[in-house]
Amino acid sequence: MSRQAVTARELGLTTCHACRLLVKLHPEHHHVHASCPRCGEALHLRKTNSLARTWALLIAAVILYVPANVLPFSIITTLGASEPDTIMSGVIYFIHSGEWPIAAVIFTASIFVPILKLIIITFLLLSIHFKSHWRPNERMRLYRIIEGIGRWSMVDIYVVTIMAALVHMGSLADFTAGPGAVFFAGVVVLTILASMSFDPRLIWDAME
Amino acid sequence: MFIACDECDLLESVPPMREQSRARCRRCGAIIYQRHPRSIERSLALSMTGLILFAVANAYPFLGFKLEGILVNTTLIGGIELLYQNEKFAIAAVVAITAVVAPVLQLCAGVYVFLPLYLNRRPRYLSHVFRWLQRIQPWAMIEVFMLGILVSIVKLAQMAVIIPGVALWAFALLIVVLAAASAVMAPEDVWSRLEATN
Repeated sequence: MSRQAVTARELGLTTCHACRLLVKLHPEHHHVHASCPRCGEALHLRKTNSLARTWALLIAAVILYVPANVLPFSIITTLGASEPDTIMSGVIYFIHSGEWPIAAVIFTASIFVPILKLIIITFLLLSIHFKSHWRPNERMRLYRIIEGIGRWSMVDIYVVTIMAALVHMGSLADFTAGPGAVFFAGVVVLTILASMSFDPRLIWDAME
Repeated sequence: MFIACDECDLLESVPPMREQSRARCRRCGAIIYQRHPRSIERSLALSMTGLILFAVANAYPFLGFKLEGILVNTTLIGGIELLYQNEKFAIAAVVAITAVVAPVLQLCAGVYVFLPLYLNRRPRYLSHVFRWLQRIQPWAMIEVFMLGILVSIVKLAQMAVIIPGVALWAFALLIVVLAAASAVMAPEDVWSRLEATN
């Protein structure tokens, strides 16, 4: 890092979340509640307890990930016969029936993206713990990837909602969400919360 | 003007900028400042347009499904209600928050903040509402919902006849409006407008 690079924190400065004013924090204010002189919002040098919160949310997401994939995601009943589907069996079904685009969308959104998010968040947290100097710009890119793609995992939850709303014709055809869908929704929400509570500035702080 | 990068905390001096230009952090590449012409007027217009589209998107069915002569239509709220009746409370809540509550709050907060500013008044609780607006935004997932509709159409097309509804087009437009509203919003402009009125 070049010698001219100065962070706001080194000068005791922080940006207000609400109005974007750059504010000088008094040293004695670092651990008490300070508020923005322009708009009154609470000021923080860094996101509060970022590492502990992100770890907690990440671990909870990993735990929910197991039932999300093992339990049936959706249950379709046609002419009295129930057929439960997990996320993976749904993907395999669409591959066999030749619906490649759907299989690709569901595989990406429901299997690939959640795993990728869990791996990347774990990696970023570990890199900060070990005060890694390895390629901070690439790690920032990873952070931006998980920020951007996490929401797309929700697509399968919407599909279940729409299918359940349309396919409810009693014994003829009936579609409902299974218990796996609940856990999956939990995984998606928790990983989004984890990436929100992660403070990317810690990547740079750990290198000082 | 000095700006601290939101993503890596580097302190940088930014020279006065032309409108419709943006500055990137020289260490991590994040966008640290952008200037949109007439951002307050645009934000207001987009929020109001969004509310109208949102009303249309929820008042009419977005898909119809025809099997053996029976036609089933669905609205987004109807789908959530059905999940709730089937005791899928958690899923109903997640869908309600991400596809209904968050987008509508984002749009309402937009009108609440930008209408008074446009009329040169100071909205009450501005900083709180603004902060909430920023917190809600990531949970509004209409574009993901749209992908869900597309996947459902392809899935259901094997089983029955699918009839796209009016709300489908409203949702499509709403995606564009919500994305534009998020992009145009500039906290710096809000506060400089406020300081000019006082």
